[in-house]
Parts: sequence; structure tokens; C-alpha cells
Amino acid sequence: MQADLFIVQPAFRKEKKELINDTIYTPHYLIVLLVVLFSFGYMHKNLFMSIQETLKKRILVIDGAMGTMIQRHKLTEADYRGTRFADWPSDLKGNNDLLCITQPAIVTGIHLQYLEAGADIVETNTFSSTSIAMADYDMQSLAYELNVAAAKCAQEAIKQYKSKHPNATEKYIAGAIGPLNKTLSLSPDVNNPGFRAVTFDEVVLAYTEQIRGLVDGGVDIILIETIFDTLNAKAAIFAVKEYFRKEGKPELPMMISGTITDASGRTLSGQTLSAFYTSIEHAKPLSVGLNCALGAQEMRSHIEELAQIATCYTSAYPNAGLPNAMGEYDEQPHETAHFIEDWAKNKFVNIVGGCCGTTPDHIKHIADNVKNITPRTLPIQDPTI
Amino acid sequence: MSEEIIHIKPYLRLAGLEPLIIRPETNFVNVGERTNVTGSKKFARLIKDNKYEEALSVARSQVESGAQIIDVNMDDALLEGVAAMTTFLNLIQSEPDIAKIPIMIDSSKFEIIEAGLKCVQGKCIVNSISMKEGEAKFIEQAYICKAFGAAVIVMAFDEKGQADTKDRKIEICSRAYKILVEQVGFDPQDIIFDPNIFAVATGIEEHNNYAVDFIEATRVIKERMPLAKVSGGVSNVSFSFRGNDAVRESIHAVFLFHAVKAGMDMGIVNAGQLEVYDEIEPTLRNLCEDVILNRNNDNNEATEALIQYADTVQAKGKVEVKSAAWREGTVEERLAHSLINGITDFIDADTEEARLQYSEPLEVIEGPLMAGMNQVGDLFGAGKMFLPQVVKSARVMKKSVAVLTPFIEAEKERKKLASINPNGASKGPAKILLATVKGDVHDIGKNIVGVVLGCNGYEIIDLGVMVAADKILTEAQKQEVDIIGLSGLITPSLDEMVYIAKEMKRRGMTIPLMIGGATTSRMHTAVKIAPEYGDGVIHVLDASRSVTVAGSLLNKDQKAPFLLELEKAYAGLKSDFDNKKTTKQSLSYADALQNKAIIDWENFKVVAPSFTGNKAIEINDLSELVDYIDWKPFFIAWELHGNFPAILTDKVVGEVATKLYADAQKLLKQIVEEKWLTAKGAIGFWPASSHNDDVVVENGKEKLSLHFLRQQAKKTVGQPNYSLADFICPAAENKKDFIGAFAVTIHGIEKHIKHFEENLDDYNKIILQALADRLAEAFAEYLHAKTRKEYWGYAADETLNNESLISEQYVGIRPAPGYPACPDHTEKYTLFNLLDAEKNTGISLTESLAMYPASSVCGWYFANPQSQYFGLGKINQDQVLDYTKRKDKPLEYITRWLQPVID
Repeated sequence: MQADLFIVQPAFRKEKKELINDTIYTPHYLIVLLVVLFSFGYMHKNLFMSIQETLKKRILVIDGAMGTMIQRHKLTEADYRGTRFADWPSDLKGNNDLLCITQPAIVTGIHLQYLEAGADIVETNTFSSTSIAMADYDMQSLAYELNVAAAKCAQEAIKQYKSKHPNATEKYIAGAIGPLNKTLSLSPDVNNPGFRAVTFDEVVLAYTEQIRGLVDGGVDIILIETIFDTLNAKAAIFAVKEYFRKEGKPELPMMISGTITDASGRTLSGQTLSAFYTSIEHAKPLSVGLNCALGAQEMRSHIEELAQIATCYTSAYPNAGLPNAMGEYDEQPHETAHFIEDWAKNKFVNIVGGCCGTTPDHIKHIADNVKNITPRTLPIQDPTI
Repeated sequence: MSEEIIHIKPYLRLAGLEPLIIRPETNFVNVGERTNVTGSKKFARLIKDNKYEEALSVARSQVESGAQIIDVNMDDALLEGVAAMTTFLNLIQSEPDIAKIPIMIDSSKFEIIEAGLKCVQGKCIVNSISMKEGEAKFIEQAYICKAFGAAVIVMAFDEKGQADTKDRKIEICSRAYKILVEQVGFDPQDIIFDPNIFAVATGIEEHNNYAVDFIEATRVIKERMPLAKVSGGVSNVSFSFRGNDAVRESIHAVFLFHAVKAGMDMGIVNAGQLEVYDEIEPTLRNLCEDVILNRNNDNNEATEALIQYADTVQAKGKVEVKSAAWREGTVEERLAHSLINGITDFIDADTEEARLQYSEPLEVIEGPLMAGMNQVGDLFGAGKMFLPQVVKSARVMKKSVAVLTPFIEAEKERKKLASINPNGASKGPAKILLATVKGDVHDIGKNIVGVVLGCNGYEIIDLGVMVAADKILTEAQKQEVDIIGLSGLITPSLDEMVYIAKEMKRRGMTIPLMIGGATTSRMHTAVKIAPEYGDGVIHVLDASRSVTVAGSLLNKDQKAPFLLELEKAYAGLKSDFDNKKTTKQSLSYADALQNKAIIDWENFKVVAPSFTGNKAIEINDLSELVDYIDWKPFFIAWELHGNFPAILTDKVVGEVATKLYADAQKLLKQIVEEKWLTAKGAIGFWPASSHNDDVVVENGKEKLSLHFLRQQAKKTVGQPNYSLADFICPAAENKKDFIGAFAVTIHGIEKHIKHFEENLDDYNKIILQALADRLAEAFAEYLHAKTRKEYWGYAADETLNNESLISEQYVGIRPAPGYPACPDHTEKYTLFNLLDAEKNTGISLTESLAMYPASSVCGWYFANPQSQYFGLGKINQDQVLDYTKRKDKPLEYITRWLQPVID
């Protein structure tokens, strides 16, 4: 991360040198501490600024589906296990997040394909990397490690990409935080509506561990995505706020992405889109948006509404249409890109990409189509009523 | 592409399932206070007794009565506050009709506030935090609230104590604001101050300026910190007048009038107790104003004056005190007063006086009477009058009109003879046609809607009950009505309503259609009725809503947007419904049968009834039934929601409920003593055995089958798929089990209804109808008790009081055909046949299988200790086909009757 820092902000190097010279008589460990503290401050502030600055100028592209791409590798149970988990008691096939540890080259390779396709932001492969979701595989204890490893895969991909394209624009890593397989606003037992399978505190604990892993692994953005229960998202936001506050670190920028599950225009937990936005606005996110469940065609009216009410940037990464009878997505890259181009022209969006069923080809078409379109400008927040 | 830059204002934005944005034009935000254990005895008792379901209904009724936010408080020494807050808020989340509005989490313990914040997905208000225990703690709590995304109420309280003067209030609020905005990073619009409302007129001179301090502090706070909000608990201000609601209400109204003008944005209030500032009797208003504004109060004179006045109010009672004064007013004022207060004593004389003053009798109606009724409508719309009061107002109105009618007729006659301008008449008031649909006999709700709409100036054409579609529509066209309103209580009426909607389309009608009644719902209207008719189908929840709906429909400017909005909402509901349908999990009928309720038949001891076959039972002395009356539904019929007897002392509706109860008791006494009504019933018992979902009954030599239905929803592990047949011993067990049945009715109401109608007394008419319903239910309860202890005798040593009866703590059940456990109305034919019910009770069945007289109840008796009530839920086609076979009826017939439960 230090290396990146100098590339991003050459001016900072000078400042840091001066600082060291000025404090030459201070005991050595204190210098180091000061440097570390200051560099954190500048690093994040400047990175955040740099994304903000970029978002003012152009539409950023986030990558497409990870799962769809992993499927193409037709991995076996043994591939998932690698050598380290060869004797693990439960089946591991389908634990895609685990591949960051057992098959890092594959994950890095997929990130690289998306970068080559034109993605500005790559998402870590950590949708289920929490102690709660990993319980399905009895891998609760691996949660932290999975997140660190995933961030490293993304970093490695960016490093490889930059060595091939030294003059490329800046690339960002978004640490992906998924919705969990347990939900805080709904009871799994219809006969007992007051029951909850998990508590807010447990969710905060699990997300905090994930955030720690992502931050330690070196992500640039925290991405809370596929939110179908706003309370789970609020627990994630709470975890982010409290983690950075207690660690004394400046907060990383947050991207928040909800999921409208059907034509009712509500989240699974029953909120309207504007109620959802109001309920997460306190995160002061870099962007708010929608992903998953719907194809671009069905998502249009919702992203249009969000563009009207959001004071921050907006993002949207729909599925490649709705799944066919076989559960496969068959919307073609140029079709998805066509819808998204329309959103861009209408100034609905600042960040676009794809979710389930989208591929590097989709991302390439999207990136090409939105390249020269000016992005949505932020609404003016009036100072008075 | 046009580049329009969007502006976003720094409003306070809150959210439940839906957003609530507080804009300047929002004026004053009502925070519902009933879900507070410290303020509502009823709510506290429900929570302590673990009756959370009922506690939810408290929340629901607040939402229905217009609360924009609900305040939830569980601060009670006897309660586990964290657990109570968590349980209650979790339950609210699964009630969309409550969860749609934002929640104010209210506690003096921050751990309870945190527990609440952990349950709610929307944006809440925390009530409250303060600097009472120093800055550090305040900042820490503020950070936590911010991390949850909640707005906060900050109490004007610091290390030195609670702020009582204007300057201290301003000082603390300003300091807290600075800390929150600059240090914690709070958005200013998310800060709400509570600058402490304290009691005035306590006799202690230092307290005299408390209200002024609040109002003036509010003004400065809002000037200096315009994005912040000001709130407060209003009832504190009048604390020294507790026990004297009349004076307290006036003090509140005066206080709010000034505080809201100074910038107060929201308050935890008892909206029902609020008087209108302008409506306060001027002497009292002046005295209150002196006390609130601390005028003419140098040596407590204002306080003394108000206390003195309050004593007279207390001594004489509210109405009497006013009665002396209001008779002094002009005739217009007196008419308005009579209308608003429901006083008939002077109406004939006042009307006559007005008639002589005005040049034409019609002008009395169009002038003072309509003006008075408009006030009633406004007060009702604002939640400041309740239904029983409105019905009384209507009675006054009708009486007054009756005085005028002969003169109006004479006037018409005269004009006709003079024949100068035979028909320059303008189109009169808008007409609304009301009817209970074919096959249904229930009309209490419809009558109430009629009265309420009548009060709001509409002409009501009430076609009564059991009205065929053709008659409704032909009449509507002939009379050129503006709205048709349909009512129904039993499920088959739903299909009739769908049919009427189709017919309206076929006839090319364009009149909007209002749907109401116990069995109807917004969902059914959206999914089944609205798609059949394109010119507006509106579900109306209760009489109060009917006024605004009718208003919107008849206003040229509002109608189109109103219908468009509605169409959108219904389309949303419909698509929700359609989507849900596919995701709901169910079992095949065969699998559901496998998962029947497990009953230990081996150790089951059969108790044989004292007789088999049927028996007629008639009760002449209704006093035997009075103790069995469940009053709660009586109040619900009047749109007063709450438990009995707690409702009589309820803060909001207590006064109204007590009056209504007294009037009902008076009428009930008359009914019993003068033997207005008779109760006729029949019961019977028969040997029975179950075969899957059929129960075979031996009626003498004849064998009859009863047909029951089984739940098909997929249950959690260990939960059976119930059918009532499960509670009867299977034939294979070779034990002799029994089933019972009953039917009861109340005869003799018609004559008295007619009498009340002739006297233009809707109030007593509706009380009578509601009482007859209660008596029929009481009779059923009475017979059930006798059956358990005597006729069947399976619980011979049972001792239960009425409360336990109402909460169904007895052994065995009495489910009714057409209701949730056995929704097929056609089983009533078998039940009537077994009981010889027509002969024994005089009840007849309509084509929709409603019972006539309307106050009738019938059902089965199950004695098994494991028998319980349940809702069938939706069933699938496989069960429908099996049922068709079992009943030996055409599929089309079965489908029609089971329509509401078929998925």
C-alpha cells in the first residue's frame, strides 16, 4: 500500500521527508509512529479525494460476476480443497470465497480479466467471508484470513495489470460485504414472528472481523452490497463506523448497494426505495445504488428514483437480465450495455457494472458505451430549509 | 439532454417501511403515546401479562388514528426493559401496517435505547440523551445513535440539572448543538430539542413562567438553529390540574397554539384530548392564556383565578358549566353548540327560532346547520371527536331538519304554484348510495358510514340489506348518484362485490365504487375487485376514512390524481400478491393428511353427553345472558378500539367510551326489563367418528358426513397441519366419540329499530343493533358453558369468570362454519339439518348462507382437550378436488364457495 501511495501522491513524499528531517532528534519509534499515523491520514483522505475527483469527471466501471467466471473453470471438490483442506470434514465445493486461499491464481486471473475489460473497481471475492456465512462449511475461524487473502488477490491482479499498462488510470479495490444467510428483520419461523435467527450484536461482530480482514488486506473501499434487509446493512455500517472510530483510523469510503427484489419496488424486508435510502444515509457513503435480483430493464425506474433523492454518487450493477427457465442468464453483452448507456445518458448513474451472469465481455461493452458520457452531477444540498 | 440540477433540502427525514419527511408545511407532527408503559396502564398491563399480540393492536390503533410516529417506552421497574423493547419492536417489524411509520425509542436507560435500535431497520428517533452525566457520556451516546443512523431528542439537562429558565434552556441546547455538530458530526436536521415542559400554576411563584420560558426558548432555539427541531411532552404543563380533564385540555390547546407558533415541531400528545383553540369557552381560554403566558399574575392572581374557575367546572361537571353560558349566544351559536355536543334538549325551539329569523326554511339548513355539521366533520377528521359523538350530532341534525321539513315542503309547493321559475334549482348535495350486498344481512357498519357521510353534507340513499346487484345499479343510475358504497360481512359477499364491479363495467358506468365491511380488505379489493372496473374501486377501512375518500372522489381537482395514486398502490399490492403466491410453500394434500394433529386416543376418556339428538332452548329473561356479554366488540363496532373495561378509563377515548357504555347499559336494562327481545337456540349431540377429514355423525338411524378442510401450508418441524376432524376419534380406534352443535339467535329487534328510525335516533338504533349482536354471542357463550358443565358435562367442575371465558381458557371449542377453521359456509346446511334449526330457533339461511335475523351464531362443539382454534390458510387444487368428491358436488360449486381459501 505504501508503494501505491507514492504513485498516487508524489507530493506527499516530499512532505514526509521534511517531517523526518524536522524531527530528527525525536526517539526513533516515535518517528515511525508519527509517520504511520500521518501517512494513514493522508493516504485515505487523498485516495477518497481521488475517487471523488474521478467521479466528477467520468463514470466509473465496477467489475462483473465472480461466480459466473469461477463456474467456467469447472472446479472439482479437490480443486476447492487444495492441499491445506484436503482432510476437511465437510464438502467444500461451492465455497467460492475459499478459492482466495486454495486457488489464488484463478481468482487473481478473473480480476485481471475484468481489469483488461475496462473495470476501474474490482470487488474482492468475499461475499460470504464472514464467520456467520462460513458456518455452512464449519469454517468460522477462517473468516479473517479469507478477507486478507481476497484483498491480496485483487492487489496482485492490479499489480500485474499495471506492469502491463504502466500509463493506465487508477484502479480501486472494493472489499465486498454480503448480506449474510441470516436476517435481522425477518423471522425464519412463520409461527413465531418475534423470533430472530441471529442478533444485531452477532452480526456486528462478524462484520467487524470481515472489515478488519479487508482493511488489513489493503482494500480502498468498503462495499456493502446485495442488501435485502436494511437492518443487516445497518449492522454493517455500524461495524464500519465503530471499527474505524475505535481503531482511530480515518474511515474508508463506503459504497452501499441495495436490492429491490421484485416489481413492488421494495426490499425483501419491506422498505420502499426512499425509506431504504433514508435508513442508510447516515453512512455518508461515497455512493448508493442497486444491484442483483433485477436485470437492467427492470431496474431502470428504481435507479432513476434513486438518482433524484441521493445526495451522494449513485451506482448500479444489474444482473444480465432475468434468469431463464434453467436459471441461466442469457442477456447478451451489447444488450446490457445498451440499457446502461441509456441510464448514463439520462444522468442516473456514476458507477456502473454487472452482477449475476455478467462477464468480462459485458463489462467491456459497458465500459466502451459509457466512456464518453458525462456522469451524473451531485445534487445541490441547500443549506437552509 | 437538459441538465437540471436537483436541489435537496436539509429536512428531517425518518423512515419506517415508508419515509416520513418533516417539511415546514408538515406543521405539527403527532407522536403516538399509547405504546408507553409509563403513560398507558392498559399497555403496561398487556406487556406485563405477556400479551404482545394485543399490545400490537394498541400500536395499530394509533397508526390508524393518525399517529405519524409511535413512541415506544418500556421503562417499568417490574419489566425486563431490554427484553420487552426487543420483543415488541421485533413483533412490530412483521406488521407492515404498523412498521410503515417511524419509531421513537423512548427510555431513560441507554441500554434499552440501544436494544431498540438493534431491532429497527428504518430511521428512528432516540428519546432521549442529555449532558446530565457529563459531556463524555453524552458524546459517546451520540456517536452510538449516529452509528445507528437515528435522529436524537436532546433533553435540556446538564451536569447542573434540568433547565427551567429560558436562558438555561437556550444555553444547554446551544452547547449540545455545538458538540453534536462540530464534534460528533451530527447532521443538524437530525437534532431535536426537548427544552422541558414543566407544570405551571402550581401555586409556587417560581413556576409561573415555565410555559413562557419554554415558548420563548423555542423561539430563540429555532432562530439560532433553524434546522434543528423542537419537541416536548405536552401534558406535563397542566399537571397541577390532574383529575380535571376539561381544564387540562384547554391548557394544552392554549399552550400548543403559542408553542407551535414559536416553532415547536412535534410533540408527544394525546390528540383525542386536544380541544380546538377557537372552541374553548372564552372565559376559560382567557384564564388559561393568562396562566400560560404568565399575564396578570403578579401575586399568583391568574393561577388563583384559573383554580377557582376549575373548581366550578369540577363541581358542576363540564357540560353543565358550559350550559349556562352557551344559552346566551346567538341562535346560530346555540345550534352549532347543540350539534357539536349532541344536545337535543333545545333543538326544536332553537330551530324554530332560526326559521323565523331566516327568510326561507331551507336557509337554516344551508346556513347554521351545515356550518355546525362542517365543524363536526372537521373535528372528526382531525381525530378530535369520536364516532359515538358524531352519531349523536347526526341525531341532533336530523331532529332539526325534521322541524323544518314541513315548512320546506310548503315553500316548494308555494313556489310551484307561483311558477315563476319552475326549475332553476341547482343540483343538490352529492349523493351516495349504500347497500349491503345480496345474501348478506349485516348493516351496523354500513349504517355508521351512512351517518358519518350524512354528517358531512352528503345525501345518503340507503337501500338496506340483501340488495341484489341489479337493484343497486339500476337505482344508482336512476337517482344519478355520485358514489356507490357496498358493504358485506361474510365471505361470499366478496364474490358478489366482484360481480357488481363487473356489472358496472358492462353497463358502462363511471361512478366510483367504495368497498367496506368486516370481510373486505385492501388486498382483496386490489387483487379481485379493482381489476374488474376501471373507474375507481376504493377500499374504505372504516367510517372515518369514508369521509376523506368521498371528499377526494367528489373534488374535481383531486379525483384524477387520487384515483391514479390508488391505482398505483393497488397494482403494487396485486403484484406483491401475485409474487407471493408463487413463493409460498405448501404440502400436497396427501402429505398434509400425514401431518395431522397427534392425539393420544388410547388414553382418551370419552364423556357421553346427557342426551343425544337436538333440543330447543328459549330464554325469556335476558338478564341471565347479561353477565356473558363481551363488551370489547361492542366498542369496536363504534370504532373505539381497546380492551374492556380499560377503555372506559383510556386517556383518549375514555370519556366517550364511558358515555357510550352508560347509554348502552340504560338501553340494555330497558331491553331486559321490558322484554323487547327473546333468545332462541338449539343444541344437539351425536355419536361421531372421523375418517380422514370427514366426520360421520349418527343422527338416529341416519348417518351424515360433515366435511372439514385441512391446512396445507408447510409448517415448521413439529407443527401439525390441522383439520377439525383431527379432534374427533378416528373410526379405526373403535371408541365412541361425540360431536355437538348449536345455533342461537335474538328475535324481536325490527319493531324497535323502526321506532328509533321514526324518532330519527340513529344513535340508539345502532346501539340496539350492536347489543343484539352481543346478546347472541353471550347466548352462545352461555350455552357453551352449560354444555361443558351440564348438557355434555365433560368439564363438570369448571369455574371460570367472564374474563376467562372471553379469553377462551375453557376446554373444547365451538368453531363456526364460514370462519377460519372451517370456512365452508355450505356446511351450515348440515348443521341446520341436525339441529332442526329453522324450526327450533326461527333462523333462516340466505342464498349466501348468512343467517337471518342478523344477530345469530351457530357452530360445532368439540370436547377434546387438545382441540383448538386455528386458521385454515390457503388450500391447493388437490384438496379442492378431493373435497369435491367428498361433498359430491360439482367442482364449480365447490370452487365458488371455497374461493377465498383457494390458492
